[in-house]
Amino acid sequence: MALDDFKDVIHRCFRCGYCKFTSNYTDFNCPPYNKFRLETFSPGGRMWLIRAMMLKDIEPSQHLADILYSCTMCANCVEECRFKFHDDIVDIIMEGKASLVESGMVPPTARDFFKNIYLSGNPWKEPQQKRGDWARHYGIPVYKPGDEYLYYVGCIGSYDQRVQKMAGAFGQLLLRAGLSFGILGEDEYCDGNEVLMMGEQGLFEYLAQKNIELFKERRVNKIVTLSPHAYNVMRNKYPRLGGDFEVVHYTELLKELISSGRLKVPGGRKIKVTYHDPCFLGRWNSIYDEPREVLESVDGVELVEMRRNRENAFCCGGGGGNFYTDIIGGGESSPSRIRVREAADTGADIIAVACPTCMTMIEDGLKGEDLDEKIMCNDISEIVLDAITSAEEG
Amino acid sequence: MASGEDHVYEALRTIVGDPFVSRDREELYMYSRDPGASIPRSADWVVLPSTTDEVQKIVILARDMKVPVVPISGGLTLSGLAVPVKGGIVMDMRRMDRIIEVNERSRYVVVESGVSQGKLLSFLKENYPMLRHSMPDAPPSASVVGNTLIYGSGHLSKHGAHSEMINGLEVVLGDGEVLRLGSCALSPYWFGRGPLPDLVSLFVNWFGTTGIVTRLSLKLYPSHPLRDMLIFLVQDPKTIPQAVSMITSTDMMEDVLIVASRPPKAPSVISLLTVYLTAETHEELDFKKELFVDMFKDFGQEGSRMVFTPKEMLPQKLIHGFMEEPQYAAATADFKKGGGFEYVGVVLPLSKVPVAWKMGEEIARKHGFDPLYTVRNVGLGHGVVFAFAYPFNRADEESLQRSRDALADTNDMALELGGTPWKSELEGQAKIMARMDPVVLSVMDGIKRVMDPGGIMNPGNWKHG
Ligand SMILES: Cc1cc2nc3c(=O)[nH]c(=O)nc-3n(C[C@H](O)[C@H](O)[C@@H](O)COP(=O)(O)OP(=O)(O)OC[C@H]3O[C@@H](n4cnc5c(N)ncnc54)[C@H](O)[C@@H]3O)c2cc1C
Ligand code: SF4
Ligand code: SF4
Repeated sequence: MALDDFKDVIHRCFRCGYCKFTSNYTDFNCPPYNKFRLETFSPGGRMWLIRAMMLKDIEPSQHLADILYSCTMCANCVEECRFKFHDDIVDIIMEGKASLVESGMVPPTARDFFKNIYLSGNPWKEPQQKRGDWARHYGIPVYKPGDEYLYYVGCIGSYDQRVQKMAGAFGQLLLRAGLSFGILGEDEYCDGNEVLMMGEQGLFEYLAQKNIELFKERRVNKIVTLSPHAYNVMRNKYPRLGGDFEVVHYTELLKELISSGRLKVPGGRKIKVTYHDPCFLGRWNSIYDEPREVLESVDGVELVEMRRNRENAFCCGGGGGNFYTDIIGGGESSPSRIRVREAADTGADIIAVACPTCMTMIEDGLKGEDLDEKIMCNDISEIVLDAITSAEEG
Repeated sequence: MASGEDHVYEALRTIVGDPFVSRDREELYMYSRDPGASIPRSADWVVLPSTTDEVQKIVILARDMKVPVVPISGGLTLSGLAVPVKGGIVMDMRRMDRIIEVNERSRYVVVESGVSQGKLLSFLKENYPMLRHSMPDAPPSASVVGNTLIYGSGHLSKHGAHSEMINGLEVVLGDGEVLRLGSCALSPYWFGRGPLPDLVSLFVNWFGTTGIVTRLSLKLYPSHPLRDMLIFLVQDPKTIPQAVSMITSTDMMEDVLIVASRPPKAPSVISLLTVYLTAETHEELDFKKELFVDMFKDFGQEGSRMVFTPKEMLPQKLIHGFMEEPQYAAATADFKKGGGFEYVGVVLPLSKVPVAWKMGEEIARKHGFDPLYTVRNVGLGHGVVFAFAYPFNRADEESLQRSRDALADTNDMALELGGTPWKSELEGQAKIMARMDPVVLSVMDGIKRVMDPGGIMNPGNWKHG
C-alpha cells in the first residue's frame, strides 16, 4: 500500500466529526483531539492535512509530524465514521506517517524508536541476551520444536519490570494448565506492530521477515501473544509476508483453558474489577467478550463497566508508539489520567488490563492522579493467578 | 511575519497557554476553509480559550492590535461563515464545553459556546430523560450555540426556530465588555428574555459581528417515552402547503419534514413527507397515528394524493435513518463520492413551497443535478426552511464550481420568491442587502459600530457598500 492508493478516497472525508465521538456522543473519543481540541488533531483534520500534503498544499514539517504521530491508532474513527471508506482511515494515517518517514520528517523520539529497534531489537536499547532473563524466576521454559504454543512476550513484557510480572503470571497459568509451550527468550525480536503503525514500512518488513523465518525454523504452528499489538500484526499482517500461524491472544487461550477445565479457578477474595479494553484487541480485532468471561469465571470478582467500554472504550494513549514518543502524555488531560479517573468513578478496586502497553500507561495514570494507593492495575492473568494461589494458601 | 504579528502570537500564548494557540501552517490551512464549497480564505492565528475571561482578554488584544476575531463553535454551516474574510484570529470555542446548569422545573439549560449538539443530547438522555432540546440534523459536532445563533431548526420544529428558544446570553462585545442579557441580567435564573428590552436579538443571525457569545440559556421541552413517525409519499408537491397546514393545525406533531431525492437507480425523484409523533402511552400514540392516517385517506385526487406508506414497506435502513437523532444528513456529502455538499436554505412562507420546488428543479437540472431537497416546517405552519442541496466532488474543481453556480442561482430564485436565505455565504449576504431598505442597512451599521467600535468582529460579514 502507498498513499497514492488512497487518492480516490481521501477527499471523501467531509470533516463532519462523527469520528471524534463515542457512538452515543457522550465524549470525544479520539485521544489527541480530546487533548488539544484543534481541528488538525481530529481524525478528519488528519485526513485533510494528509490530502494537503499529497497535493503539495503543505510541506512535511515537524508540526505535521506531531499531529500525525499523536494519533494512537486507536481506531475509534474507523468505528464511528459513517462513510463507506471508514475502514481506510487508519491505513491513510499510517501511509501519511510513511510519507513523513520518507521525507525524513518524523518526531525525534520516533526516530530514536526506529533506530533502537533496528539496532537492538527493542525501543530501549536493552541488551538482546537479557530479553528472556525475567522468565527464569518463573521457571518458564524456552520454546522447542514440538511444543504446542510459542509464547510471544514482546518488548514491554520482556524489559519493563512491572509488565514482566504480567508476563510471569500468564506463564505460570500455562504451566499450571500443563500446556507445552515456551518463549524465544534471547532470540525473540520486536513484533513490528508499532513500527508499522508509525509508518516505517521497511523496518517493519525486516522485523516481520526475521520473525517469520525464526518461527518457521523453530517449527512454530501456534502462537499465543501477551500483547494485543503483537496479536494484531501477527494475525493480520504476517500472512501477507508468508507468515501463516495460528495466533491467539492470551485472554482467548485462558478462556479456553478455563472453560475446558484444564485450568481450575477456585473462588478468590471479593473484588470489584473494571476492565479496560485495549484498542488492538477490541476495535481492531473485535475481541470484547473473552477477557470479560475470564474475569467473570473468577468467583468473587464483580465486574463493573466504565462509562466508555467495548467499542466505545477510551484509549490509554499508548498506541501508535505514543507509550514511547509521549506526544499526548502529561497533564490531567492525558488519556491515561482521564481513563483512570473514569475507572475510579466505577468504585472498582482493580483496573484489569490485557495489554502490556495499557498496563504501563494505566500505572502512570494512577500515579499522576494519586490513585495508586486506592486502585490497583492488574492484568487478567494476575487476577486469575491470585485467585488460584490465595485459595491454595487457604 | 511583522513584529506586530509576533506580538499577537506571544500575547495569545500568555492568555491561553502554549498548546492552545497556533500560527503553524497546518492549523492555518485547516481554519482557512470549511466543508462547504467556498473558496478558502486565510487565517493568521488560531486560539482556543477556555473561559469567558480568556475570551475577553483575546478580544481586548485584538481591539488594541486592530486584528479581526472570528468565532467558530462547530464550523458546520458549510457557507464559510466562520472562515475569516479579512484574516486575523480564529477563536475556536470548543474548549469551552461545560454544561453549566439544567433547571428542571423551568426547563432550560445553560451551556458554554463549545458544547456540541451531541454532548447535550447524550447528557440530557443520561441525566434528565424527561427533558430534551430541539436537535438539528447537523452532525453531532455542530455546537448548540452556533446553531441557535443562526436560526437553526430541528426535531421540535413545532416550537419554532432555535433562535426563538434562547432565554439569555453572556456575550463579549468588540470592545471587551461582557454583558449578560435576559433574566440573567438581574437574577441568578436564566429562565427568559422578557419582559425586558430584548437585546438578545442583537446577536442572532449576526454571525459574530456584534459579539462573541460565551454562554447561552436554551429552552428545554418535555421528552415523552414513545417516539414514532408516519411516512406519506407525496404525489404532487403542489399539495404540500395544504397538507402541512392540516397537520400543524392539530398541534399534535413535533416535527414535519419533507425530503426529496433520487435514490440510486430510481427513475425519478421520490418525495416523502414525514410526521414525527411522541406520546406518553401507546394509546396516545395510536390515537395520533390514526388521526393523521385518516386525515389523508381522502386527500387529493389520483396523482395528487399523500399516500400513507407503512414503515414495513420501506427499507429498514431508511427507517432507522429517519428515526435517528440526529439524522445522518451528512451522507449527502458522499453522494458523488466527493466529500462535500452545500445548500441554500431559505426561510419561505408555506404557500411558496410548490413554486420554489419547481424552480429548484429547473436550477438543479440546469447545473446537472437531480433535485435534492429537505423542507422543514417551522412553528405551526408559520414558515418552512427549504434546503436546496448540491453535492460536489472536492477533488474536482469543475464539480465544485457547478455547485457554487447552482447556489448562486438558488439565492436569486429564493429572493425573487420573497424568501429569506438562511446563514448565507458572502455572496448571498450581498444579494440580501441589495434588497434591503437603506435605512435598515444604516441602522445595522450603527448597531455594529456600537457593539464593535474597532470593526474587528468577523469583519466582511453583513458588510455592504
Ligand atoms: C449534514 C448537515 C445537516 C444539517 N442539518 C441542519 C438542521 O437540520 N438544522 C439546522 O439548523 N442546521 C443544520 N445544518 C446547518 C449547520 O450545520 C448548523 O446549523 C450548525 O452546524 C451551525 O452551528 P456551528 O456550531 O457549526 O456554527 P459555526 O459554523 O461555528 O458558526 C456559525 C456562525 O456563528 C458564528 N459563531 C460561532 N460561535 C459563535 C459564538 N460563540 N458567538 C458568536 N458567534 C458565533 C460564526 O462565526 C459563524 O458566523 C446542517 C449542516 C450539515 C452539514
Ligand atoms: S473521517 Fe469520516 S466521520 Fe470523520 S470527519 Fe471524515 S467523513 Fe466525517
Ligand atoms: S486512530 Fe484514534 S487517535 Fe488516531 S485519528 Fe483515529 S480516533 Fe484519533
